[in-house]
Order: sequence, then C-alpha cells, then structure tokens
Amino acid sequence: MVSDRRYLNNFFYVLPAILMFAIFTIYPFIKTFQLSVYEWDGISPTMKFVGLKNYLEIFSDRLFWNSMLNAGIITLLALTFQNMLALLLAVIIDRGVKFDKFFRTVYFIPPILSGVVVGLVWKWIYDGNYGILNTILTHIGLEKYTTSWLSNPRTALVSVAVVHMWKGFGWGFVILLAGLQTIPRELYEAAAIDGADSFKQFWYVTAPLMLPIFFVVSVLTILGTMQIFDLIYSMTRGGPAGATEVPISYIYRYMANNELGYATAMAVIFGLVLFTLSILQIKISRKLRKV
Amino acid sequence: MPAKTEYVPFMSYIILILIAIICLFPLVWMLSSSLKSQDEIFTNMSLLPGKLHLRNYVEAWTRGKFSTYFVNSLLYTVLGVFGILVITSLCAYALARLELPFKNLIFFILIIPLIVPLPGTFVPLYVLLKRLGLLDTRTGLILCYINGGLAFGIFLLKSFFEEIPKELEEAAVIDGATKWQIYFRIMLPLVKPALATLAIFNTVAIWNEFLLALIILQDPTKMPIQRGLMVFQGTHITEYAQLMAGLSIATLPVIMIYLLMQKYIIKGITAGALKG
Repeated sequence: MVSDRRYLNNFFYVLPAILMFAIFTIYPFIKTFQLSVYEWDGISPTMKFVGLKNYLEIFSDRLFWNSMLNAGIITLLALTFQNMLALLLAVIIDRGVKFDKFFRTVYFIPPILSGVVVGLVWKWIYDGNYGILNTILTHIGLEKYTTSWLSNPRTALVSVAVVHMWKGFGWGFVILLAGLQTIPRELYEAAAIDGADSFKQFWYVTAPLMLPIFFVVSVLTILGTMQIFDLIYSMTRGGPAGATEVPISYIYRYMANNELGYATAMAVIFGLVLFTLSILQIKISRKLRKV
Repeated sequence: MPAKTEYVPFMSYIILILIAIICLFPLVWMLSSSLKSQDEIFTNMSLLPGKLHLRNYVEAWTRGKFSTYFVNSLLYTVLGVFGILVITSLCAYALARLELPFKNLIFFILIIPLIVPLPGTFVPLYVLLKRLGLLDTRTGLILCYINGGLAFGIFLLKSFFEEIPKELEEAAVIDGATKWQIYFRIMLPLVKPALATLAIFNTVAIWNEFLLALIILQDPTKMPIQRGLMVFQGTHITEYAQLMAGLSIATLPVIMIYLLMQKYIIKGITAGALKG
C-alpha cells in the first residue's frame, strides 16, 4: 500500500509531459487518420464520410506526385553535394589546420539562421532585375546566363536546392567532425608506419569507422529535406506553376483552402513514405553497428 | 602527429576560405543592403553603402511594426523555453530515478517524435486548437512550442540524471532532505550543463519557427518575427532596403547567442544526431 501511494506521487512528475504530449501530439496523430476518410471544410458542423475516396484521388493527383518528385530531387542533390562537401571539410579540419575554430564557427552560421530569413535574403540575391547574382554574372562576361532565377520554371528548383544545401552543409559538417574526432590518432600513425598515404588512411581507417555516422547524417538529410517548407514558402510559395511545390507546401495549400480531408489523406501517404524510410534506417544502422 | 600537421596542402586552405566566403556573403550582403537608401539599393552594387542609411531600421521598427513582432518573439521564446525546461526536467528526473510503473513504455512513447517523423499533423492540430478556442491566441502557440520541445528535452535530460551517483541521493535522505529538496538542491544543479544546452537550443528553434506560427496566428499584433517578415514582404514588395533591415533585426539576436553560446548549440546538435 505504501508503495502504491509513492507511485502515485511520483506520477505527478511525469503528468504534465504526458498530458501535453497526449493532447498536442498523440491526438492530432490519430485524428489525421480519421479526417482522411471524410470530406470536410473545417467549418461546417457536419462531416461527410467518403471512405477511401481521398486516397484514390491522391493516386491520380499528378501535382501531389510532382511535389514528391521535387522534394526527392532536392534530397538527392543534398545527399550528394551537401554531404560530400560536409565530409570533405570535416576531413580537412580534422587533419589539423590553422584557424580551425574560425572555420568551424563560420560553417555553422547558415544552419542556425531561420528558413524565412535565408529564403528572403537569397530571394533578393536571385532577383531577376536587381539581384547581385545577375550583376556578378554580367560583370564576368556570363551575361547570357542571367535569368529570373526563382520565376523561371527551368531554374527555380535547382536555385532553391542550392539555398537548401547552403543552409544545411554546416550541420552535417559538425556531426561528421565530431565523429572523426572520436577516431584514435594511433590508428592513423600505425597505418602511416605501414606505409599508407593519406588517401589510403582515409579509405582503410576513416571510411569504415565513419560509415555508421555518415549513414545517420544521410538519413537525417533525407527526412529533413523531404519535409522542406520554410525556404520554399519564403522564396517561391511552390511556384512558378508548381515547379518548386513540395509535399508540405502542397498539404498546406489544401488546408488553407479548407479541404481538410484531402490534406490529411496526403499527410498519411507522405507520413507512410517517411515512416518506411526511418524503419529502414533503424534496421540498417543496427546491422552497421554489428559489423 | 607532426607528420600530419606539417604538410597541409595549399588547396585545403583555398577550399576552406572559399566556402567561408560563400557562407558569409549572403549575410554581409543583407547587412550592406539594409544600410543603403531605397534608390541606392538598385544602383550601388558594391558591398559598402555610400553613406550609412540607418533610416531603414527606424522605418522597419516603427512603420513596419517590427517592434511588435520582435517583442512577441521574445515573449514566445522566453515562455516556451521556460515551459520546456520545467516540464522536461520533472519528467526526465522521474523516469531516470524514481519508482514508477511502465517507465520504459512512457519514455519510449514520449520520444517517438525523435525516431519517426510525423509530418502533416499540423492539419488536425489546427482543428484541435480551433475547438479548444486556442486558434489565433498566444497561449495556443506557446503550448505547441512547449510540446515540440518535450521529446528531445526528456531524451537529453534523462541520460544526464541517470549518470548521477546514487550515493548523493542516499546521503541527502539520511540528512533528512525531502523529495523536493533533493530535486531542487541536488539533482537540478548537477544537470545544469544539460539544462543550458536545452535552453539555448530551444531558444534558437523557437525564435526561428515559422510553420506553426503560420497556421495558428492570423492577427498581426500577435505574430512573431518570422511571420512578421513574410507579412512585411507581402505588403512592401519592392522595399528591399527596409526588408533587409527587418531581416537583420530578426537575425542579430540569433547570431549573438550563437557566438556567445556556440559550445551549447553544437552539443545539442551532436547529441540529437548521434542518438539512435
């Protein structure tokens, strides 16, 4: 009996967290599934049950799959260029350079800025008439490449992706560097004694030990980039003509248009895709750890 | 060691410096544009403004309503961070050191958002807040911010509480300390570094947050600065100089906190990523 009372008292420590989490995370999560089988404008008192109609519509909604594709393209670019750059910089800094503290500080500035700030500054840089990018291109004789970067459907997506990578590489850099610094120096020395040059040291010492961390960074890059929104909203709002539409901006568009059933059905599909990716991640990283 | 530091290829420095310039240029350009006059901004493409035009800041702060947005952001950040610290430290302490049934299950459920992404729940969240009468209210936004910080806070603090040796607690019990005294006088001070990491990390996260502010708030007098920037940009579409001043106002606090508390932010980032 005494211990029951104590349990009850101890329960008050966790109660605020559990209550908040239940109301603001669990409930909306379950509600997503429920709303997705209705047609509802979010205002009228009656909701119309439509079964799987929303889901069936999604499968033939080209704009939705186009938004997935756009996010997928940005993700692929980030996975290759952004993460390679992050790794390259981390390896250089880890080998010991002067002013390393300065470089580390600077590289992590873009990640701490807000998406809206970054988006609006770059929108000004990209501006077709007065943007500094076009001015620079004109000055160095590349005038024929000047364009309205964000309103030209052919350049908009890549322009946005560049900004996303600019904002993101410093984050990967910090994590990879933290990982590199856990590798004991003796391993490199031993490899050097055995005659391994710096490339071989990287390939046979660094790479295998870094594989699990590089994998984690890659997965977080995928999950983070697929859910990109602030940058898109502040630079293009998904335009021109859907050229930079991504899943979250597309779902938001339907929500703002009071089509909550369709918006939540898309959220479910999108969530399932991300869920599958993160389960794969957990499975693979367990394997990597065992090796 | 010496063999490696002696020879650092020249190319390495070129890359490092080039990337550093690319990182800093947009910020320098933002500051520089914010100090030019509205005419100069379209004609003078140099980094240095003709003469410092501080008027943009005054205009943005007063006419552009950035004073309101700034104070709102300050309020949301302070209350949000405070709420996160109080709720997560209590919960993490109990999960780490007190007797409680289903401890592991509770912990696992609370950190789900760290393991799987839950995108699009903002749609039913909007419906929920509407029902509760919290839509377009400061309370609604702050509650959502606190909720958003729970998972990471509990995850981080629990591991810190677990490292505290049992003897400290037992000694305090023998000295006749009550449970609350143990919590406030012994446990909390010992996890101060983790609390600091959490505070700084969430300060930056809440200050920068946009999506929740977008769906929850409609009333401009309640909007935080990220939301205010979009409103300003929408209504003063060509006034780039003032917009850049507004962007600088929104960015300066974050940069200052970062430069002063870099250690804590980096800790938060690496702890978050190397979790699983």
